[in-house]
Amino acid sequence: MNINLTLIGQSITFAIFVWFCMKFIWPPIVAALDERKQKIADGLAAAERGAREQELAQEKAIAVIKEAKEQARTIISQAEKRNAEIVDLAKDEAREEAERIIIAAKAEVEQEANRAREELRGKVIDLALAGASKILEREVKIEDHNASLEKLSASL
Amino acid sequence: MAGDSLTQTEYIKHHLTNLTFGQHPDGTWGMAHSAAEAKSMGFMAIHVDTMFWSISLGALFLYFFHKAARSVSADTPSGLQNFVEWIIEFIDYSVRGSFTAKNDMVAPMALTLFIWILLMNVMDLVPVDWIPSLAQAMGIHFMRVVPSTDPNATFGMSLAIFALTLFYSFKMKGVGGFASELTMQPFQSDNIVVKILFFPVNLFLEGVSLLSKPVSLALRLFGNMYAGEMLFILIALMYGGNFLVAAFGGVLQWAWAVFHVLIVTLQAFIFMTLAIVYMDMAHSEH
Repeated sequence: MNINLTLIGQSITFAIFVWFCMKFIWPPIVAALDERKQKIADGLAAAERGAREQELAQEKAIAVIKEAKEQARTIISQAEKRNAEIVDLAKDEAREEAERIIIAAKAEVEQEANRAREELRGKVIDLALAGASKILEREVKIEDHNASLEKLSASL
Repeated sequence: MAGDSLTQTEYIKHHLTNLTFGQHPDGTWGMAHSAAEAKSMGFMAIHVDTMFWSISLGALFLYFFHKAARSVSADTPSGLQNFVEWIIEFIDYSVRGSFTAKNDMVAPMALTLFIWILLMNVMDLVPVDWIPSLAQAMGIHFMRVVPSTDPNATFGMSLAIFALTLFYSFKMKGVGGFASELTMQPFQSDNIVVKILFFPVNLFLEGVSLLSKPVSLALRLFGNMYAGEMLFILIALMYGGNFLVAAFGGVLQWAWAVFHVLIVTLQAFIFMTLAIVYMDMAHSEH
């Protein structure tokens, strides 16, 4: 239990330990702790910001979807209208076409009939002459009966 | 485990004698071979065991903490860093709770005090005969392994803290401020004559309270650890008895060690906290 130089030695040792701790141990660790604190705070702030941004984005998305739906609806109604128009137009065209075809067909039929008639008209004289010759058993001259033959032919 | 060649008194005395290096009465320098010889060396001697164990333990503390501090990162901490951070945060919390001024020295000082004293106290839990027997086998006659049972160690720290409180008292309050703190209270008066009459009374009271701080700080730690060590030594004496006494001694040693863990930690914490409080008092102005 003697008090001696150890007292001073211990004081010096203590001072050196404190100095070392103050210089090399305490500052870096506390700095790291502060840095981590800052990091965590930043992370939390970023998370909060992210959540808020997500909320905003969701709202925006809903608005965009709503707008798109509206647009789709107008487009559909426009398309329907246009569709009806096209159908009507096609109907009209088809009707016109059909009428045209009918008219053309009718004209052709008439033309054919006329041609047949003309042909018949050309041949009726000969037939009549031939028939008459057979009946009279002599030659009938075309010049003699020209007037009546013409009349016959015209009646056709 | 009390040696056959030693009486119980000799055994206890042996355990309480430091390994002392100093000047022999005949003028030569060397180790003291007995307690009386150590005493005769006076002030110009040094306790080699106290110095060795306290410096080793302090170096151990600084080594591990420095290792953690060197590779410290703000990301996920490793095992050692985690442990060190846990202690640092605990110390930081204690310092913030008691120390109101701004001084970057106080927190590292508190950390050093707490861990160093804790490590020195923990040496008390090593069975009392292990290390001294080992030293004996190596030819070293005396070995006290708990530096905090040496008043030189506890007073060494408390006097260093006392010097720091005086330094910061002068620095923060100035010579006049510190002097008035010592002489103007606790008795105060508006009358200048009475005021002067109160000077010596106040100086006596404040002087006692000022000087009692380092003394009580050192003696509290020393007393607790010395008593604890003494109890371990007395329990160890039971191992010299018959089987039943020795077994009871084993149980007692275990029980006291468990209880002593509390004292070990508590004393380190009290020493640290009081050092912080004294530093705060040195910084705060009235």
